[in-house]
Amino acid sequence: MDIGRIDQVIDKHDGEASSLIQILLEIQSENHWLPKEALDRVSERLQVPMSRIQHITTFYKAFSQVPKGRHEIHVCVGTACHVRGAQRVLEALEDATGLKPGETDVELKFSLETVNCLGCCALGPVMVVDGEYHGNVAPAKSAEVLKNYE
Amino acid sequence: MLMINSPAELEACRKDILSKRDPKKPCITLCSGSACHATGSEKVARAIELEVKNHGLDVEVDIRRTGCHGFCEKGPIVVIYPEGICYLKVQPEDVCEIISHTFKEKKIVERLLYCDPNTGEKATFEHDIPFYKNQERLVLGLNRKIDPKSFEDYMAVGGYQALSKALFEMTPEEVIGEVKGANLRGRGGAGFPSGLKWEMARNAPGDVKYVIVNCDEGDPGAYMDRSLMEGNPFAVLEGLMIGAYAIGAREGYVYVRQEYPLAVSNLAEAMKQATRHGLLGKNILGSGFDFTVKVHCGAGAFICGEETSLLMSLEGKAGEPNPRPPFPATKGLWGKPTNINNVETWANIPLVINKGAAAFSALGTEVSKGTKIFSLVGKVNNTGLVEVPMGIPLRDIIYKIGGGVPGGKKFKAVQTGGPSGGCIPEALLDIKVDFEELTKAGAMMGSGGMIVMDEDTCMVDISRYFLEFLSDESCGKCTPCREGIRRMLRILTDMTTGKGKEGDLELLEELAETTKGASLCALGKGSPNPVLSTMHYFREEYEAHIVHKRCPSLSCKELINYVIDPEKCKACGSCFRQCPAEAIHGGKKMIHEVIQEKCTKCGTCLEACPARFGAVKKISGEPVPAPLSEAQRTMA
Amino acid sequence: MSEIVLQIDGKKVVAAAGMTILEAAQTVGIAIPTLCHHEKLAPYGACRICTVEAESRGRMNMVAACTYPAEQDLVVTTRSEKVDKIRKVLLEQMLSHAPDSVQLTELAKVYGADKDRFSKESSFCILCGLCVRYCAEVKKKNAIGYIDRGPRREISFVPEVAGKECWDCKECFDLCPTSALQAAYVLTEALAATPTPDDDGCGSGGCGSGGCGCKH
Ligand SMILES: Cc1cc2nc3c(=O)[nH]c(=O)nc-3n(C[C@H](O)[C@H](O)[C@H](O)COP(=O)(O)O)c2cc1C
Ligand code: SF4
Ligand code: FES
Repeated sequence: MDIGRIDQVIDKHDGEASSLIQILLEIQSENHWLPKEALDRVSERLQVPMSRIQHITTFYKAFSQVPKGRHEIHVCVGTACHVRGAQRVLEALEDATGLKPGETDVELKFSLETVNCLGCCALGPVMVVDGEYHGNVAPAKSAEVLKNYE
Repeated sequence: MLMINSPAELEACRKDILSKRDPKKPCITLCSGSACHATGSEKVARAIELEVKNHGLDVEVDIRRTGCHGFCEKGPIVVIYPEGICYLKVQPEDVCEIISHTFKEKKIVERLLYCDPNTGEKATFEHDIPFYKNQERLVLGLNRKIDPKSFEDYMAVGGYQALSKALFEMTPEEVIGEVKGANLRGRGGAGFPSGLKWEMARNAPGDVKYVIVNCDEGDPGAYMDRSLMEGNPFAVLEGLMIGAYAIGAREGYVYVRQEYPLAVSNLAEAMKQATRHGLLGKNILGSGFDFTVKVHCGAGAFICGEETSLLMSLEGKAGEPNPRPPFPATKGLWGKPTNINNVETWANIPLVINKGAAAFSALGTEVSKGTKIFSLVGKVNNTGLVEVPMGIPLRDIIYKIGGGVPGGKKFKAVQTGGPSGGCIPEALLDIKVDFEELTKAGAMMGSGGMIVMDEDTCMVDISRYFLEFLSDESCGKCTPCREGIRRMLRILTDMTTGKGKEGDLELLEELAETTKGASLCALGKGSPNPVLSTMHYFREEYEAHIVHKRCPSLSCKELINYVIDPEKCKACGSCFRQCPAEAIHGGKKMIHEVIQEKCTKCGTCLEACPARFGAVKKISGEPVPAPLSEAQRTMA
Repeated sequence: MSEIVLQIDGKKVVAAAGMTILEAAQTVGIAIPTLCHHEKLAPYGACRICTVEAESRGRMNMVAACTYPAEQDLVVTTRSEKVDKIRKVLLEQMLSHAPDSVQLTELAKVYGADKDRFSKESSFCILCGLCVRYCAEVKKKNAIGYIDRGPRREISFVPEVAGKECWDCKECFDLCPTSALQAAYVLTEALAATPTPDDDGCGSGGCGSGGCGCKH
């Protein structure tokens, strides 16, 4: 993401320091991670100390400071999915990808994440790949789903 | 008519909208909430549009995409008006039949109707389905009548009447009086009387005040706020404006979880339309009252649902709670008096104003009035959102509405109140559901999550689960919460992995007491609840884990083994083929065996084994039978 | 502003509006233990060692004396079986991080806390936040901050700022109740990792803390 685009996002929020989180969210959603240069720029433009940005970007789960894979896998581990066996689905996906939640593989193919409830409890256990929902997934089926992604 | 400048114009506009609508005109509604999105309602919608066009019905039939109807288990749901014929689990390939049968030939498509799993009886209309029949859907009910992105639809169901009444027929004090009189209590957690909170904010000195909608909805397993925000954002906004008028605020914020993209976009659309019609902005309805709203997306932190932490986050900081007092009502956002309410609380406000305090509080119990929306999930037949009057027996929710536990399993407990709540056992199922009774039972109303658990759910694992959640979500500012949860979680993890020790239960109790007593905010203070309530009702399960290294629910992975009953195995090879770990010792006409060293306990074999054989089972706390010799394995 | 009359440990105390329980207690020589509190800094209420019982309108609450405002007719008890037990467990939890801290050891004697009750933690830090808040509020440099949350919360220097500001300051070291061990350690790590212009922002040695999100 170039500095010009980051400036646009900042300008959209009138360069308000109170919009820091909204600005970072926008950069995250466009770029899928927050490179150091972007954070430096935000810090400089909003006059917010880096220590605060460091805290925010590690405090909130939406932010990533490393590049994400081309495909983002989210496994719901909300209570409803938990009692319906989400843990076993997660383990199957960990086996299939060799990743732990929060990790991305070296080829940047997959990122594996957990999420606490997507509000689709009726479909539990649920996994989402690149925004596409897969409901009632059995462990074996969940690993199967990944085969459709390159 | 674009701008609506007075109550008279508002009513004229409503009349105009209604005059163009024929209640007898056929209308196909399709539920398009998040859960139905996930089950393909998008494709169904397109199929309906196409099919209607193909049959040349586009003029005769209306199509409406509504918010969540609540019966998510059976989505996508299609309801056909004026009759109210209700089709469940509709797939794109069903649409053709629906149109040709139901519309052209006036016949019912039997296979898409609700079928009672116990009696086999079918229900044609929505109101005949037991799931709906026993509900009282005062707040959620509008969801299925309106397109959440349509101002006209909201007007058609009486939208903005309450606002107009509040602005022109009531003083702010009278509005507060009505909310106090209705005894409306907050639906977001603690159940604090909303009227009192408003009064505090109104009486707090200061010209600038704020009102905030808390749509952070972090409780895992709860999604009623999302459905309201997605399905009826106008009502939430209307409630918010009435509150703003009462308190003396001209600016509001909606704090929405970013995991709810559809809620964010529907809300944004509603705001746009309300602004266009002058129902947001300056001089609303010509009353002189100005009000604007901003949307703030959460960035993934459960703690930001807590009021003071939410305010920190709105100010662009990490969401760390602050000590109270001072309460937000006197010193909130940017140090100004601020009133924060939950989505459902706000959505109840138009109802309170329209119906009046007396009528509103006719429903419910002594201490809890009106209805409450629960998300009934987990091991229950009819998963979904249910809205019931306060005071309904818990058993009715789970059995009459929820249809009981699936698969012939035994009910074990229901967890209410989210991560600070507790588990209620079978013996207490007859309690009346209200704020006090749930608290007395060691649980909590919370925001309304209701997770049903059956005999396969391990109570030790559930309390470990909640502590793991809380440990991940604690902000880490104060010692008792950060360190206490860390320690309790370790003990529980040890228990579920066979490393529990004598004295663990006492240590848990001691840590719980410190965490409860000394934590800064309600996350920490409430964190021991799941542990304490399960320890209270299911102590023997804890003891089995500690003393016998046995998980009575056969759920804790480290404490169970999968074994094949040699008497029952028919050597069909199902498990052998499906086991991802190649941990089945198979062979033609050979009794199959699980190779314990290789087994990852994924449970695939148990699911693979045909039900008529039922040869795979789980054992816990007992030795694994010795492997059979080749001769023993050979079948006759 | 008006005066507030409350009771602390049976003594009648007259406090000025805006005072905390802690400050009110100090005016009559009643000592309440604190760790995260500092006169030059805004009240924070993180360590909770100052927890006391406070009764108002018939309801007893456990509150942090360093943040809770002195209220009219409040009845405060600074030592009780319940208070002592909470302080003991809190100390034991903190001692699992910093078993050699002088300040903690002194308090442990008073409350009978056993420094070996819980298994040792890898970080010395008890997250009182004195260094972070001192650097921000008094020095206004923001060279050190928090990262992450929950049990993973840590203190972390911002390398660029620390490289410029910290060498001749280090005032925060003296504030640290754990004898500055963690702060010194993290500062060294941060300075070793001060980035060169063309690398990925965390330097070849890595940030050590894992906090910058790099994989070192
Ligand atoms: C850890 C924590 C999380 C919370 N999460 C939410 C939430 O997601 N939504 C909500 O409305 N209230 C939540 N609350 C409750 C709020 O702090 C607050 O009580 C509520 O928004 C007040 O609104 P009400 O009076 O309308 O219930 C949470 C409280 C705590 C302590
Ligand atoms: S109780 Fe937990 S969440 Fe609340 S302030 Fe303390 S550490 Fe943060
Ligand atoms: S001194 Fe009060 S919480 Fe630390």
